[in-house]
Amino acid sequence: MKDYGWKIILAAALLAITSLAGAVEPIRIGSFLSVTGPASFLGDPELRTLQMVVKDINAKGGVKGRPLELIHYDTGGNAREALSFVKRLIQNDKVDLIIGGTTSGDSLAVIPEVEKAGIPFISLAGAVDIIEPVKKWVFKVAHTDRMAAAKIFEDLRKRGLTKVALITGDGGFDKSGREQLLKLAPEYGITFVADESYGNKDTDMTPQLTKIRSSDAEAIINFGFGQAPAIVTKNMKQLGINLPLYQSHGVASQTFIDLAGAAAEGVRLPAAALVVAEQLPSSDLQKPVLLAYKKQYEAQYGPVSTFGGHAYDGLMIAVAAMERAGDADKAKVRTEIEKTQGFIGTAGVFNMNPTDHMGLNLDAFKMVEVRNGAWKIVE
Amino acid sequence: MRRIGFFTFAVGVALLPALFPDNYFVMAVGVSAGLNAILAVGLNLLMGYAGQISLGHAAFFGMGAYTSAILTTRYACPSLIALTAGLIIAGVIAWLLARPILRLRGHYLAMATLGFGVIVHVLMVQATPWTGGPDGLNGIPPLNLLGWSVDSDLRWYAVIMAALLLAIGLSLNLVDSRIGRALRAVRGSEFAAQMLGIDTGRAKTQVFVVSALFAAFAGSLFAHQQSFVSPDSFNLTVSVELVTMVVLGGLASTYGSACGAIALTLLHEGLVVFEDYEMMIHGALLMAVMIFMPQGLFIGLSQGARRLWRLKNKASA
Repeated sequence: MKDYGWKIILAAALLAITSLAGAVEPIRIGSFLSVTGPASFLGDPELRTLQMVVKDINAKGGVKGRPLELIHYDTGGNAREALSFVKRLIQNDKVDLIIGGTTSGDSLAVIPEVEKAGIPFISLAGAVDIIEPVKKWVFKVAHTDRMAAAKIFEDLRKRGLTKVALITGDGGFDKSGREQLLKLAPEYGITFVADESYGNKDTDMTPQLTKIRSSDAEAIINFGFGQAPAIVTKNMKQLGINLPLYQSHGVASQTFIDLAGAAAEGVRLPAAALVVAEQLPSSDLQKPVLLAYKKQYEAQYGPVSTFGGHAYDGLMIAVAAMERAGDADKAKVRTEIEKTQGFIGTAGVFNMNPTDHMGLNLDAFKMVEVRNGAWKIVE
Repeated sequence: MRRIGFFTFAVGVALLPALFPDNYFVMAVGVSAGLNAILAVGLNLLMGYAGQISLGHAAFFGMGAYTSAILTTRYACPSLIALTAGLIIAGVIAWLLARPILRLRGHYLAMATLGFGVIVHVLMVQATPWTGGPDGLNGIPPLNLLGWSVDSDLRWYAVIMAALLLAIGLSLNLVDSRIGRALRAVRGSEFAAQMLGIDTGRAKTQVFVVSALFAAFAGSLFAHQQSFVSPDSFNLTVSVELVTMVVLGGLASTYGSACGAIALTLLHEGLVVFEDYEMMIHGALLMAVMIFMPQGLFIGLSQGARRLWRLKNKASA
């Protein structure tokens, strides 16, 4: 009998706790990122940023008085895992909104599921296919590969270069970038005189570069991320190829300069303003946002990356939408995200509308060049 | 006796969604466990009964999936016809491959099948105009069975479980047939089997093709169920996972391999919450099973249960 008494008290206490917790039901933010695997250098800063910002918001009293709860799964860059985690987030964890999809493959894989379930999804990946054609529930905050291609072509046009050699890897990012470059080239009067490819795990790209050397290319574009672009850069130097080299925004970080060493000098690429935050004029709208994010991130984790910035933008856009909607109702939040206007993020100024679920324009990219081992804005 | 096992399994599978309606672990995990089980049952025919290893089984799984994906998205082909086409393609390729490849034994056979798997994976990544490259193909329509569209989780659960029961039924019948006995003879000793008048080459080819057909069938269902395919789902890791499922469940046991597939799928879902420690716990559990139940999970557990039962009877007597 004694035993029963204790049990009843315990049960009552538990009930009290759960009902108390029920009073301030948290807003559940679901996330699936490639924190491990080949895209870990993207996913890792994204997750850290989400954790940092969620903590920050909760310390300030949450959203409309409700704390945020972050539920995260690591996909390891595998699209099949991404889909099963999104199902789990929707059906088991009953999240109110999803931010994630580090790679385009991960993001594309889950679109049918989020559309079917009717839940706002903010993708952190690059491919333009994610939001074109427009999907009702899908948004995206990272620059597209098409923007990167356009930015590179603009710079080539300024320099009066038209014959270009292309060298890309076999990953999703590389292939999607290559496709956009080839598609956009005629608009800018660019012709590709070589189109070489390598495996992203290759350790030597001299054969491809030798072929490019024998072509009449005036510049080289290398679209990829990870180690491979640094190897291409080094191999070019070793072969004595003295053409202007353009990389993609996929390597816009200090890591690339460290990996490629002296060979990185003069390499140009389109990058988010975050990598050159200090060099921006003080009139720049983004500057205070960039510096604040950079300071907060670097105080906790070390060098900032533009990819973490995407997670910041995604979460802040979602939070702003929830504030406007008044609660976390999925349909209302979706409508409010779509109405995002003049939101100043790390990637640029976002102006979304029903036909544009990203809302960035080309100004969001800065053309930067490596000078003395650091990124400098090219005017 | 064997029939009883089959019916118990069928009833259990049918009762689960009634007992736990809208439960993620039944509806979503159940579907992927079911697909894996079909693959494992098929691979077990080759590995468990005929004693031939395949480290490239994900390739056949992928062929079924990509055939369905390409035909339904690019040519608006009805899903059942696409499924049949996937079966034919995988079957023909398996048949062409079987003779030269199955002459090899042991490590050499492992290497050859591994190489085959890698080649198919590279094709999926590189043949972008057809396969969509590394990002794969999107927007695959739901499976349409003569007007009945499989578009909800519950319907998928029903279809996959029916397919699994069909696969188990086929496997049980096959094993108990003339071919099944021939295969077991091949596994024991190929020379002895030849002495008994068994055309071992033919027997091995047949089982390789059947095994590939199981995989392609699962692949087609997988493509429709996920409504997207990408090369990630058919790489070497997947092939190795399939072998693990068969070995873990128990070689040469149809229920064993299904059991291994279900156990591994559930284990992955259960361990996800441990994040960084997931792989460590996963590995430790696999090692423990192999050390303490070398015949596999299914046989190990059923023997354990029998022993307990006997102990209990003795105690009460």
